[in-house]
Amino acid sequence: MSIAELQAYGYVVALVFLTVALYAYIYHLYTKRKDSDGHDYEEYSNMALKDDITDTPVSEKPKKK
Amino acid sequence: MEDRPLEYDYSVTRLFMMNTIFVGIVGMLVGVILAWQMAYPELNTFLGEGLAEYTNFSRLRVLHTDSVIYGFVLSAVWASWYYIGQRVLKVSMAESRTLMILGKLHFWIYFAASAIIVVSLLMGITTSKEYAEFEWPLDLGITIIWLLWGAGIAGLIAIRREKTLYISIWYFIATFLAVAMLHLFNNLEIPTYFGSGGIGAWYHSVSMYAGTNDALVQWWFGHNAVAFVLTTPIIAMIYYFLPKESGQAIYSYKLSLLAFWGLMFVYLWAGGHHLLYSTVPDWVQTMGSVFSVILILPSWGSAINMLLTMKGEWQQVAASPLIKFMIMGSTFYMFSTLEGPIQAIKSVNAIAHFTDWIIGHVHDGALGWVGFMVVAAIYHMAPRLFNREIYSKSLMAAQFWIQTLGIVLYFTSMWIAGITQGMMWRAHDEFGNLAYSFIDTVEVLHPYFTIRAVGGTLYLIGFIMFAYNIYKTTSAREVEASELQNASPMGA
Ligand code: HEM
Ligand code: HEM
Repeated sequence: MSIAELQAYGYVVALVFLTVALYAYIYHLYTKRKDSDGHDYEEYSNMALKDDITDTPVSEKPKKK
Repeated sequence: MEDRPLEYDYSVTRLFMMNTIFVGIVGMLVGVILAWQMAYPELNTFLGEGLAEYTNFSRLRVLHTDSVIYGFVLSAVWASWYYIGQRVLKVSMAESRTLMILGKLHFWIYFAASAIIVVSLLMGITTSKEYAEFEWPLDLGITIIWLLWGAGIAGLIAIRREKTLYISIWYFIATFLAVAMLHLFNNLEIPTYFGSGGIGAWYHSVSMYAGTNDALVQWWFGHNAVAFVLTTPIIAMIYYFLPKESGQAIYSYKLSLLAFWGLMFVYLWAGGHHLLYSTVPDWVQTMGSVFSVILILPSWGSAINMLLTMKGEWQQVAASPLIKFMIMGSTFYMFSTLEGPIQAIKSVNAIAHFTDWIIGHVHDGALGWVGFMVVAAIYHMAPRLFNREIYSKSLMAAQFWIQTLGIVLYFTSMWIAGITQGMMWRAHDEFGNLAYSFIDTVEVLHPYFTIRAVGGTLYLIGFIMFAYNIYKTTSAREVEASELQNASPMGA
């Protein structure tokens, strides 16, 4: 197989993989609606709306052990 | 000192903001001069024959493109980063001495490099790669500036209180990574003096690529420079400033994530549309066209998300000139991301390429989308930086309408000029002889060039009104923190 053919196969594989990954991600977002921390994705809009330094973070970073 | 409550530190934002306004005026003034020169070529020597070398179109054109893109836009992006970054990560720069030092170094090295760039471009020192005109010593300087920014991003993220990164932060990170990669690969070059054992100027270099490869790398760079300097960081800005100013949550946060990954996936493949009908392989051209058309989807995903954020709140658009800038900005974003894919279709590009239609496309994006978002971002930040209300709402509204008129004159004249040009260049008689010579097109285009120059001048006038408004804001009525929650306070 020539390098050009290899490139072409690689290209098709990458394209299919990325397309499937993107649609899987869409499916995941809209069926699960919450991320692994249990936050609804839409809550994250509050990161912009409640952004004073004294506001409570939407998902607090765990303190260092 | 110890007992003062913790506050966000905007000193670096302030520096970049001042620079945005200053370079914006200079860069657009040069644009306006260029526009008048195209309509009235005598203006190439407007400072006399003796200085013609420095005032002619070709010398000034690079100064325009580089100063507006890397001076005006990048400064605004960084002003916004140093503002938004702290706020959505809920951490102050003042909490880390290192971050403060990095931020200040970032600004001052950038400022010094910009000054050198202006001088070197005026002297005619360039590598002649569009948007990457800088010679190797400056390329090294740019790398340092970029790494300083990267270190600042990483540092701020490391000490954040908010675990999840807000969508704007993703766009900033994408900007950082993509431009770093583009800059490095497109500027691989050999300093001729050192490579040849002492021939030529010490600062001169030649690209490591040649011929078609050079063209490919150059437009992979050029296209993505547009994508990652004039698009992704601007989306980062609108995702913060529009919800914040209007007090509305983003219409769909999920859609914002989706549009982000879609954009990242598609953008990098579309560069081929700058090289249609050239010597690059056919499949690269076709791929460039196809991906350009697909690019509508993630682009509109973000833009529609912004428009829908105002759902049920359109009275705010009517009432606030600041929100008008952002809504008009995302509308122009939709507009130029519809126009771009159309121009990327091969048969359309056959007419559009090399013509003023492309210049029209560039500026409905640059003036309508990028310029308006920069203006809106600074109007939103200024009251919070100075704890004062915006000096004048009516001045802001006047600016909005003057600039909008300017943009409309700019792109409509360029459409007509471009399509006229494209058609005249192709026209031929029954034997295949060209129907027109080049000068015939120039004569026909004269009125449109004049209209464009008027439009550009209006835009510049609006921008100077903006600078004045911000300047007066620094001494306007002081406001309480409670007035700064959402809608920015404005004087009459
Ligand atoms: C879906 C998105 C877009 C697509 C598919 C697209 C497509 C194109 C095409 C086909 C060209 C002409 C290439 C040629 O024939 O020379 C072009 C040029 C250009 N576009 Fe876009 N465009 C898009 C969005 C934007 C946006 C949002 C901006 C931001 C301001 C922008 C800025 C530019 C610039 C600066 C050039 C000129 C490059 C040069 O020749 O120097 N584009 N674009
Ligand atoms: C007052 C506003 C402005 C005026 C009057 C203006 C005018 C011009 C003119 C006359 C040209 C040369 C066109 C040619 O060679 O035929 C040009 C090119 C360009 N301008 Fe502007 N400009 C303005 C603002 C801006 C801004 C704010 C940006 C970016 C954010 C921008 C980005 C560019 C780019 C990328 C090009 C090169 C386009 C290409 O090579 O295809 N301009 N401008």
